[in-house]
Amino acid sequence: MKKIFERPKSMYPVSTHYCPGCGHGIVHRLIAEVIDELGILEKTVGVAPVGCSVLLYNYISCDMYEAAHGRAPAIATGCKRVHPELVVFTYQGDGDLASIGTAEIIHAAARGEKITTIFINNAIYGMTGGQMAPTTLIGQKTTTSPFGRTSEEAGYPLKVSEILATLDGAAYIARVAVNDPKNIIRAKKAIKKAFETQMKGLGFSLVEVLSQCPTPWRMSPREAVKWVEEAMMPYYPLGEFKSPKEEGVRRE
Amino acid sequence: MGKKTLMTGNEAIAEAAVQAGCKYFFGYPITPQSEIPEYLSRRLPEVGGCFLQAESEIASIYMVFGAAGTGTRVMTSSSSPGISLMQEGISYIAAAELPCVIVNMMRGGPGLGGIQPSQSDYFQATKGGGHGDYHVLVLAPSTVQEAADLMMEAFDLADKYRNPVMILGDGCLGQMIEPVEFRRRSSTDRPARDWTITGAKGRPQNVVKSLYLKPEVLEQHNLGLQRKYQRMIKNETRVETYLTEDAEIVIVAFGMAARIAKTAITILREKDIKGGLVRPISLFPFPYQTLEKVAEKVDKLLVVEMNLGQMIEDVKLGVCGKAEVHFYGRVGGMVPSYDEIVAEVEKIVKKRR
Repeated sequence: MKKIFERPKSMYPVSTHYCPGCGHGIVHRLIAEVIDELGILEKTVGVAPVGCSVLLYNYISCDMYEAAHGRAPAIATGCKRVHPELVVFTYQGDGDLASIGTAEIIHAAARGEKITTIFINNAIYGMTGGQMAPTTLIGQKTTTSPFGRTSEEAGYPLKVSEILATLDGAAYIARVAVNDPKNIIRAKKAIKKAFETQMKGLGFSLVEVLSQCPTPWRMSPREAVKWVEEAMMPYYPLGEFKSPKEEGVRRE
Repeated sequence: MGKKTLMTGNEAIAEAAVQAGCKYFFGYPITPQSEIPEYLSRRLPEVGGCFLQAESEIASIYMVFGAAGTGTRVMTSSSSPGISLMQEGISYIAAAELPCVIVNMMRGGPGLGGIQPSQSDYFQATKGGGHGDYHVLVLAPSTVQEAADLMMEAFDLADKYRNPVMILGDGCLGQMIEPVEFRRRSSTDRPARDWTITGAKGRPQNVVKSLYLKPEVLEQHNLGLQRKYQRMIKNETRVETYLTEDAEIVIVAFGMAARIAKTAITILREKDIKGGLVRPISLFPFPYQTLEKVAEKVDKLLVVEMNLGQMIEDVKLGVCGKAEVHFYGRVGGMVPSYDEIVAEVEKIVKKRR
C-alpha cells in the first residue's frame, strides 16, 4: 500500500502538550514539513520562545536555543553571525515579539539579519493565563482587560507585519492563518518562502500566523477558528506585505 | 619576547581579546569603555571575525548568548548602567553554561551616576547580579599589563568552566596609558565542545537551555552549578600579597585602589609604619583564606574601595572576627589619593599606640 501521509522526519514521534484546538501543533508541523522538503534539518537552528511553545525543541529535532522573553532575534543574530551557512529561525508569540521584544525584532529586521521569524499572533498571553497582549483586539475581554480592551486605556493593537514591512532590511513579510485547511496550505507556502528567502541571503523574513487559543479565549475549538476569521482577520488582514527583490540585499 | 606598546587599558583589553582568539564582539557604546568597541570594529574584520553594534545592551548580551552557544570565543564590554541591563542575559548564560567574557569598566552610580571611575558594582559582579543562584568568575586587574594578561586568561577560564568570566576594572584603568606586551599564547587547547549549536549534522539534536520545570531536576541543575563554583573556589582563587610578613596594618584593596594603596604603603614605611597589602585579583572566588591567615598575625586591617563599603563584607567574612576591620572609601567618581590613605592609616595606628 502506498503511504500518502506521515509524520515529518524532523518531528519527534511524541504527542504535544497543547490544549485542544490550539494552533501551535499545526504550525510546528508546517515548519517541520518545510525543513524536510528543503532537506535542511542538519543545518537548521531554531530559537524556542517563552510561553506555551517553549518546549518546541521537544517536537522539532534540529539544534535549538531556548530564549528569554523577547530576545530570540538577538540570539539568532549571534548564531547566524558565527555560522552564516546555517538556517536560523525564531519562533515567537505576540507577547514575546510585539511587547517585550519589539526592539529586538525591529532591529533584526532593520539590519536585514538573515534569519526567519515565525510569529504566532493569538491576541492573548496564553501560558500566563490569558492576560491582554499588545495584539489583543479592541473590546476583547482578557484577565487584565476584564471589561474589554479600550483604546483610551490600552491603546491600539499592534500590526506587526505592516510595521516590519516598512523596513528596508525586511525581505519577506507575510500574514497567514491556521484556522482552516485552505489557510493552512497557504501558511505552509509562506513559511517555505520565508526559509527560502533566508537561504538565498536576501534579508530578514517573517511569517505572522493568526492562531487560535481556545482555552484563554474561553471558547470551544470550533468557536475559536470562527473567531480567528470573524474577529481577527478584519483587523489583521492576510497576505504578503513584502516579497523579496530577487537581486537580494546589496552592500553599498 | 614581544615588544612593548603604549596603549590605553581599553585598547589593551580589546587587542588581548583578539590575540586570545576572540572573533566576535556584540556591544553598545557607553562611557568610559567605548574605546573597546571602537578598537574591535576596526580589528575584528582583519581576523575574519564580526563586530556588531547592537540596539541595546540587552540585545548585545543575547547576541553573545547566541554566539557562545556555537562554542566560539565571544565577548562584550560595557560600563555599570549597561551591565545592569545585561544582567538578565548573564543569568541565562550562566544557567545555560555558556563560555563568554564580559568587561565592566565601572563608573559612578547608582542610576546614571557619572562617567568617572568607581568600584561600586562589586556586589553586582560577585554576588550573582541577575536572578537565581549563580556566579560569574570575576577578575580585577590593577594595571594595563595585567588587564591584557587577565583578558587572555579569561577566555581560557570561560572555556574551562563553561561560564561567563567578568573583567572588572574601573573607568580609570580603561583610560590610562601604559606600556603593554602581548605574550604569545603557548596553547590553544580547548575543552571538547560536543554541546554546541552547529547544526545537527551526523549527531542528535543539541539544545542550549535554562528551563527545568520539574523542581527535582532544577535542584540537581543548581547543585551541579554549585559544584562548578566550588571547583572555581579551589582552583581559581587569585591574590597578591605585598609586604604582609612584617606588617602591623594591612590594607585590602583591589584594582586601582590597590595600586594607590601600594604607594601609600611606601610612604607609611618611610614614616616607620609597617603597612602591607592584600590585593584580591579574583573577586569571585574571593581569597578568604589569605585574609584569615593575615588576620592571625595582624590585628588591624583597612579596606580601601572606590565605593561605600562592599568588598569589606567579604573581608570581614575572611577575617572572621580575628582582627579589626576599618574602611575608607570615596565615591561618585572620586579617586582616593595616597595621602588620604596614609592619613587614614595613621589615624588607626595612633589610636592603638
